[in-house]
Amino acid sequence: MSVVATDLAGAVEDAAAHLYVWALKDIPQDLRDALAAAAGTETSVTGQRVLQTILRNVNVAEEEKNLVCQDTGIAVYYCRVGEGFPLHPARIYESLRIGTERATVEHPLRSNTVHTLTRENTGPNVGYRVPIVHWDFVPDWDGLDVKCVPKGSGSENMSFLKMCVPADGVTGIKKFVLESIVGAGGKPCPPGIVGVGIGGSADYAMHLAKEAIARPVGTHNPDPLVAELEGELYDLLNETGIGPMGLGGDVTVLSVHIEHADTHMTLNPVAVNYQCWAARRASAHVAADGTIEFERDA
Amino acid sequence: MATHEVTFPVTDPAEIMKLRAGDEVIVQGHIIGIRDRTQIRIFDQGVEPPMDLTGAFLLHTAPNVRKIGPGRYEKMCIGTTTSARMVRFTEPLGEQYSVRAICGKGGFPDEAIEPMQRLGMVYFAIVGGAAALETTQIEEIEEVAWEELMPECLWKFRVKDFGPLTVGIDAHGNSLYRDVQDRARQKLEDIYARLS
Repeated sequence: MSVVATDLAGAVEDAAAHLYVWALKDIPQDLRDALAAAAGTETSVTGQRVLQTILRNVNVAEEEKNLVCQDTGIAVYYCRVGEGFPLHPARIYESLRIGTERATVEHPLRSNTVHTLTRENTGPNVGYRVPIVHWDFVPDWDGLDVKCVPKGSGSENMSFLKMCVPADGVTGIKKFVLESIVGAGGKPCPPGIVGVGIGGSADYAMHLAKEAIARPVGTHNPDPLVAELEGELYDLLNETGIGPMGLGGDVTVLSVHIEHADTHMTLNPVAVNYQCWAARRASAHVAADGTIEFERDA
Repeated sequence: MATHEVTFPVTDPAEIMKLRAGDEVIVQGHIIGIRDRTQIRIFDQGVEPPMDLTGAFLLHTAPNVRKIGPGRYEKMCIGTTTSARMVRFTEPLGEQYSVRAICGKGGFPDEAIEPMQRLGMVYFAIVGGAAALETTQIEEIEEVAWEELMPECLWKFRVKDFGPLTVGIDAHGNSLYRDVQDRARQKLEDIYARLS
């Protein structure tokens, strides 16, 4: 029993160490396609200059085996744990932490994590409550899915929450998203993915917005009403003219993803979490026997 | 929109005055890496920077590096951070240290326009996140000061064909960021009218 647990802990650690570096170097195909499509439609001179440089950069990162962006982010993981997976989440967390640390030291990667008051660096991208791990538990299953989303600060600093009131309705939601993205301007490295969380509670709306940015470009919310709102916001945001890197142009966002939850009858929370054009993410599946399968585009 | 090549540090103010918002610029020579904590140390803690900033090009960066000896570092991945956090240092950088150019991503808020015009400075927009490319344009890390602030030290890089950069704010009172925001705000008025 303990042998299995030790091996599995090592497997999760290996998965995390690989995912963190891989996500930083090799951005997913859906994103590459979206960036190429953006370059195909952008008409402004500065916008084209930015998008061509982005496309060149993605290729250079591949050729040089270098990071796409220097910001190695704050390590965020999404875990889906099967009820039969033979390693307890407490141990999974420990493995993710060690894996993050190993990737940072071995590569080496820039260490970003600091104490929030003293601002002193806490070590190799780990610290108190870092990495940040979100959990989902799946019945009748014995696997583990891990998605690593290193989140850059330029885009994370452009996060916004508003407790709209029910009378603000859907119009209030739309206005807040528009206001947020126009206000963010070039700071979050547009064109990127706009994550919107609606419903739930204040904290849960932001959690949903973050979950939304981790979805592949081109995916839609399964609820047709919500999916329609994604499409409408995408069109409206691309009317604003903020453009690539906020220098003006046609393409302001690549995609709008909304996640929702039911809410209290007097609540109408809306949260915005931005993901830059270098929307890093990489996934792995760890089987109960410790076999790891990596999947870039999940 | 013109394309220029400028070598830093500059000695002739005309090199800065010829640049107009929207122009494309390729940079040669030496540039200085600086970030939040570096500038907090200079201006809030009153510590003199141990590098000459006269005529300099400052890059908002905190690079990924590998230590190869005492005070010696090799580049791993060097990219650019969001400038807006550091806008309040613009005026003293120009006034006290004669810095001529600040380069970052995302732009400076409008409060930078007046001091940049008065002091003959420009803001260069780089493509944020395009660090792999940027790294290939940095030939060498020639000097580093304040290593204890790692990675937010004061860095001196020698660059070749650094760019393409876009003049975001020029020394004539023009700002692409202000123009884009003004137009977007007008557009929002139209959109809001349609929504209600």
